[in-house]
Amino acid sequence: MSIKIGEGPFHQRVEKGLNNPFMRGAVSSAQERFQQRKASAIEELGNWEEWRSLGEEIRQHTIEHLDFYLNQLSENIIKRGGHVFFAATAEEANHYIRDVVQSKNGKKVVKSKSMVTEEISLNACLEEAGCEVIETDLGEYILQVDDHDPPSHIVTPALHKNKEQIRDVFKAKLGYTKSEMPEELALHARELLRKEFLSADIGITGCNFAVAESGSISLVTNEGNARLVTALPKTQITVMGMERIVPTFEELDILVSLLTRSAVGQKLTSYVTALTGPRTEGEVDGPEEFHLVIVDNGRSSILGTDFQSVLQCIRCAACINVCPVYRHVGGHSYGSIYPGPIGAVLTPLLEGYEDHKELPYASTLCAACSEACPVKIPLHDLLHKHRQVIVEREGKAPVSEKLIMKAFGFGISSPALYQMGSKFAPMAMKPFVGENQSISKGPGPLKSWTDSREFPAPDQERFRDWMKSRAKGGRIDENRYRS
Amino acid sequence: MKTGTVHNSDSFLKNISSRLGRDTIEPAVTLPEWSYSPQHRVLENATQEELIAVLEKQCQIIHTDFVRVKPENTLEETLNYVIESYGGGPIITWDDPRFEQSGLSSLFERDDTSIWDPSIGDNNIPLAEKANIGITFSDITLAESGTVVLFSGAKKGRAVSLLPTVYIALIPAESIVPRMTQATSIIHNKIQDGDALSSCINFITGPSNSADIEMKLVVGVHGPIKVTYIVY
Ligand code: SF4
Repeated sequence: MSIKIGEGPFHQRVEKGLNNPFMRGAVSSAQERFQQRKASAIEELGNWEEWRSLGEEIRQHTIEHLDFYLNQLSENIIKRGGHVFFAATAEEANHYIRDVVQSKNGKKVVKSKSMVTEEISLNACLEEAGCEVIETDLGEYILQVDDHDPPSHIVTPALHKNKEQIRDVFKAKLGYTKSEMPEELALHARELLRKEFLSADIGITGCNFAVAESGSISLVTNEGNARLVTALPKTQITVMGMERIVPTFEELDILVSLLTRSAVGQKLTSYVTALTGPRTEGEVDGPEEFHLVIVDNGRSSILGTDFQSVLQCIRCAACINVCPVYRHVGGHSYGSIYPGPIGAVLTPLLEGYEDHKELPYASTLCAACSEACPVKIPLHDLLHKHRQVIVEREGKAPVSEKLIMKAFGFGISSPALYQMGSKFAPMAMKPFVGENQSISKGPGPLKSWTDSREFPAPDQERFRDWMKSRAKGGRIDENRYRS
Repeated sequence: MKTGTVHNSDSFLKNISSRLGRDTIEPAVTLPEWSYSPQHRVLENATQEELIAVLEKQCQIIHTDFVRVKPENTLEETLNYVIESYGGGPIITWDDPRFEQSGLSSLFERDDTSIWDPSIGDNNIPLAEKANIGITFSDITLAESGTVVLFSGAKKGRAVSLLPTVYIALIPAESIVPRMTQATSIIHNKIQDGDALSSCINFITGPSNSADIEMKLVVGVHGPIKVTYIVY
């Protein structure tokens, strides 16, 4: 799998998403649950905005001095007897990893969840070389067993599947005989995967944050599979995007605290594991050999541009969980392993505009993403910038915005509100806000919106609150949006 | 210790430097004073008793049994009680002087207890895998999140808190601090002092879990299915 997933052009993927009622229900209830959990986890902190500002400041500083911190990281790792490979491209990374695996005569590889290895299509490379590669994160495992179904969310990749579908896949492929209860399904995976952990030659992980001061890598997980992957096989290979680094353990504290709250609404996940080099003298678990592969793959070309702030991303999915467009069309529509607002910003930067020029239009610019982001990436501004670049390059928008929004099933007949962006809209609209704080009748560009449906008053009641209040009233009626 | 190898660092890092507008890799960077430090204010003035209360409450959220040794009981009695409630052994523990110091020698008189033993190498793994219960001490405990911090080592195998079905953490009351901030600052100071850092530091917060199937919480996936904290 590379960044790009799915078949067919953009509007066909969206169409597919819109016609999948389970997926759409699952996505909206997942968004609500993620948001509720996050809300209560951050409420307890009291001063969330200070935490965000601190997170932003740390990330900005680190990216600004990335050459220094990566150098420090690498020196500390080799001091501990680990090996570091800097890979400018996906191919370089894959070939190095394949060579390490072959030099160990590795036949079975167990992996814990890692976006960057999906980005570089590592599994395909290792499978071609004759290795068995087993994803051990439950969601990833389900997708792998189901003939490599692509992920639809960066934290819960199998979100688009229901438990009955998972049961059927397990029955067909894994000799499963029990019910569709998640507990029974998970237990079956535990039993099968335990054997794989114990017999694997190589463990491959991603990296949430490397720590420069000590040459450590950290893994933030709930299932325990990353601990098994790094405790049992004799060789460990960790693959990290080059920007996933903090200066010291003190900054690790802040970013892990922001990540776990934003991603899953937990104060900490079940396991936060900091690993430094291979096992030391006398230790009998942990890898005998440790390799860190630091991947550029297009990231450095973002440095020094207007888009540099996207490298602050800690892959928490908070922006995805509040996005009304993601809610509407689901993860696969984006055609990228990075869906939602972060995907719409990042994918064209890593892979070029050619295949992904519709993505920056997959947004209402309502700014809910930017406000949710724990490290304050101005996502909607960056989406807007993408559009400017695309228009400059092509002389026009790739397809008219009208058509794109239609493809998303929003069914508007005027794109004016999108052009204005909700940031600029409140003033113009205020007089028309009725008692229930939604716009019942608007002039000019809004008219066609309000003819077909209730539209939230920007800023007064943002999209996400609007969705929440509607959901609470049990009035979510997706068909209304499709007109 | 043998030094590792590094490949392509020069071209890779110089490219970054030039993208960031520099001719060479920055030789030194000083961390700035951050504008905010909200992390230090969490449970800032809490007493030890208050921290224990926060920990107890958090245990309900993380599906972890919280047990405090009562004044009329010993730690040994309490631990035995918890072990029995989980159906007994096999048990695996770290090789840790704190067991004896805390009056738990009788644990090793049971014939279903194994001690992590570096001299038997890989043979420790099946012992941990077959164990019903793994027992370790908590090196640092975080009240806010309900987390035990374990520094692994030769006698403190990673697998003891990972492979058994049940995990029991013994928590000295004085190991409890407000949150991750205090633990990371202890680690940071060790690094600055040039102390050797443990190859594996685990922050463990309750049993393993997953919400990957329809976002329904399943407690117990790859790691332990049940966890008890015993505070003494
Ligand atoms: S852009 Fe921000 S909110 Fe979105 S995944 Fe990255 S860090 Fe999280």
